[in-house]
Amino acid sequence: MGLKRYVATRLLTMLGVLMATLLLTIALVGSNMDVILKQGVAFQVRSEITQNAAIAGSFVNADEFEKFVQEQIDQRSKALGLDSPWYSPQRIGSTMYKILILDFGRATFLTSDSGSSDVKDILLEKIPKTVLLFTTATIIISIIGIFLGSLASSKINSKIDRVTSTFAVVSSSFPVWWIGMIMIFVFAFVYHLFPARATPSVLPSDPGYIAALLYHMTLPLITIVLIGFGSWAYLVRNFMIGILQEDFVIAKKTIGINQKKIIYGHALKNAAPPIVTILALSLSGSLGGAIITEAVFDWPGMGRLYFEAISVMDLPVIIGATYVLTVFFLASIFVADLLYGYFDPRVKTS
Amino acid sequence: MSTVPLNEIGQEFVRNKIGLVGIGILATLFIISAMAALTIPLETLKTWNNPESWLEFPKTALPAWINLFLSEKIPEHKILTNSKDSLQSTEELTIFSQQFSVVYEFDDFPNDFIYEFTAKYSGSPLLQISVIRPDGMTVELLSRSLPYLESAVHHERVFSTDNAVKKNLILQSEKFGFLLNEISAEQIVFSESSVQKVLNGKYVFLIRLVGTSSENEIVESSLILGGKVFGFVGTDELRRDLSVGLLWGTPLALFIGIAVAIGSVVMGLLYGVYAGFIGKKTDETMMRFNDVIYALPALPFLIILAVTISNSIFVMIGFLMIFGWVGVAKVSRSMALQIKTRQYVEASKIMGQRSSKIILKHILPQLLPYAFASVAISVPAAITTEAGLSFLGLGDPSFPTWGQILHDASTHGAAARGLWWWVIPPGLMIAVTGLAFVFIGNALDTIVNPRLKR
Repeated sequence: MGLKRYVATRLLTMLGVLMATLLLTIALVGSNMDVILKQGVAFQVRSEITQNAAIAGSFVNADEFEKFVQEQIDQRSKALGLDSPWYSPQRIGSTMYKILILDFGRATFLTSDSGSSDVKDILLEKIPKTVLLFTTATIIISIIGIFLGSLASSKINSKIDRVTSTFAVVSSSFPVWWIGMIMIFVFAFVYHLFPARATPSVLPSDPGYIAALLYHMTLPLITIVLIGFGSWAYLVRNFMIGILQEDFVIAKKTIGINQKKIIYGHALKNAAPPIVTILALSLSGSLGGAIITEAVFDWPGMGRLYFEAISVMDLPVIIGATYVLTVFFLASIFVADLLYGYFDPRVKTS
Repeated sequence: MSTVPLNEIGQEFVRNKIGLVGIGILATLFIISAMAALTIPLETLKTWNNPESWLEFPKTALPAWINLFLSEKIPEHKILTNSKDSLQSTEELTIFSQQFSVVYEFDDFPNDFIYEFTAKYSGSPLLQISVIRPDGMTVELLSRSLPYLESAVHHERVFSTDNAVKKNLILQSEKFGFLLNEISAEQIVFSESSVQKVLNGKYVFLIRLVGTSSENEIVESSLILGGKVFGFVGTDELRRDLSVGLLWGTPLALFIGIAVAIGSVVMGLLYGVYAGFIGKKTDETMMRFNDVIYALPALPFLIILAVTISNSIFVMIGFLMIFGWVGVAKVSRSMALQIKTRQYVEASKIMGQRSSKIILKHILPQLLPYAFASVAISVPAAITTEAGLSFLGLGDPSFPTWGQILHDASTHGAAARGLWWWVIPPGLMIAVTGLAFVFIGNALDTIVNPRLKR
């Protein structure tokens, strides 16, 4: 199988997954969406009629009034296309088409900071903030992880190795968001170093906004790095140990090339494929896994938006955010696959 | 990945220190679960989210052991239910009296005191409350008639903040050497008589129900001394005793973790082995489906599922399984592909054995060690994911888990307000439970994967 075919198959799979995800999301929230829309129509009709004294007063009894209201509601629903259920092919088709061309519609409750209720505007405002926090964190984590991991692998069973491994195991069993709460307790309550809420209190238009944002970002950033780098170092260590056992490394050792050069020059290069793959995956994983962390720190990014949308059942936002999260996730899996294929040509041909 | 016989795994495991530590922690957790189930009735747990049932507990009280580290002892919240009851009858009057005695040894005044009672009486009897203090002085607190009833039940709470109590105390101001007007009742009752300072010692609260009917009695009563420390882990903003939630959280977390892990490993194992064994088109299709599930963003979907379908704990376990089996399926497929080519499998195929029998008899047993390791490794992820969902407020309200305690803590801003006893214990429990399984999983993994040993 050539590279082109490999890429094409992966792309097709990804597209299939994207469609499946979209369909699943609509299927899950569709019935709720219908109920909410219908309730909205019924409420609107009822308030319009009761406010109009001329109509409300012209009925003989309550039954007649109810009948009239119901007729009005049915008429209005039909005009909006609500008479066919959400799972009718036309409605699903039109909903999916709209989402594919990134028309997510208007949010029911939430708005962007600038006051727009267009879901696209809200998402465009939140994505950079999530990227700012989590991409920075992932980059820091991977740099610390790679160096610490290589160091540990060069001195197996030394103190550094043991501390790294223990730290990796222990830190990975703590939920990040709980560590976040502890960090808030220590640095916001006991020492008053950082604010407890990560949303800056100044307006985005203020010139000091960037500085405030960076200051508010420190605590979540430290937390994510603290919890993340241990397992990274552990992974890198395990890859490196495998490579350091290979013949070419032993050969280099015997001809007297120094340890540092072997580790950072030759072994690390050979450990690159899995490391790069994991880097690509964790860059995207951070976007999805950020929901709880952002909720703890009140960081104004995608994760908190998702959480807020869920808590008020703002369906257009939920669908839009799920779509964007899935696209990010799939894109990074795709990139990871390609990178893996590039570094390890055996994958493409098998 | 090599296949190791099960009895060898047992022998090697006993030699693995970390694995044994894991087993030790796990055993402790099981003991805690058993204790919780035996000592705390499930009904108490069911009322976890009902504020009515926690009224007699203090608000955000520190754990009681904190006093061991403090030079100034913080008053402990006490709920006294053991009273000495007696009945005296003369021709005209019946006096039902109760005595609550308490030894008060703290360096601060109590928050308040509350007398809660349910009485059955006829007519309109007189309720008298007085207290005999360590210095021998008797202070009258209250004397008032109860509403008229014909042999019916009356329930009431008498608070120390009651105006009548304060008025009665001011009437006795000659007993105290300081002005009473600006001071609340509990700070007068528990104070030395000359200066306003805490008086330690034995206090006896006397309650008398004076009426004409001989049937009068106090059916149920308790005296609550409001304090600022309570129990082993304290209480939260909603007055709930956190130890109840923490203890009951253990069996729940173990149940969720183990059920999800076993369920997803069994599913993944069967799926992967079947795909690998049958091969060809079936394998291709099944693995494509596997790819689709693998590429679904798990957390957003779990959230949507919890919100739209149900947040019942059992349904949630099912959802967690859906996202848990994918990795196991991939690995067991590749292992099945290897085992398939072994001669004894080929031989039984040629002999015409059914595929289901070959899978069950020859392939699955080889994968068991791997399966055990994966079960242990998947438990922490399941527990933290459930905790995370509960933390977002999507947990099952009828079964309070550690994640839900943290959710409540977070909504009340516990971390930023310094209520550490509300935040630290649940998280520690999650982490310790996770660690136990990580230890066991790592130990099994090094046995199953000898390459990791060095």
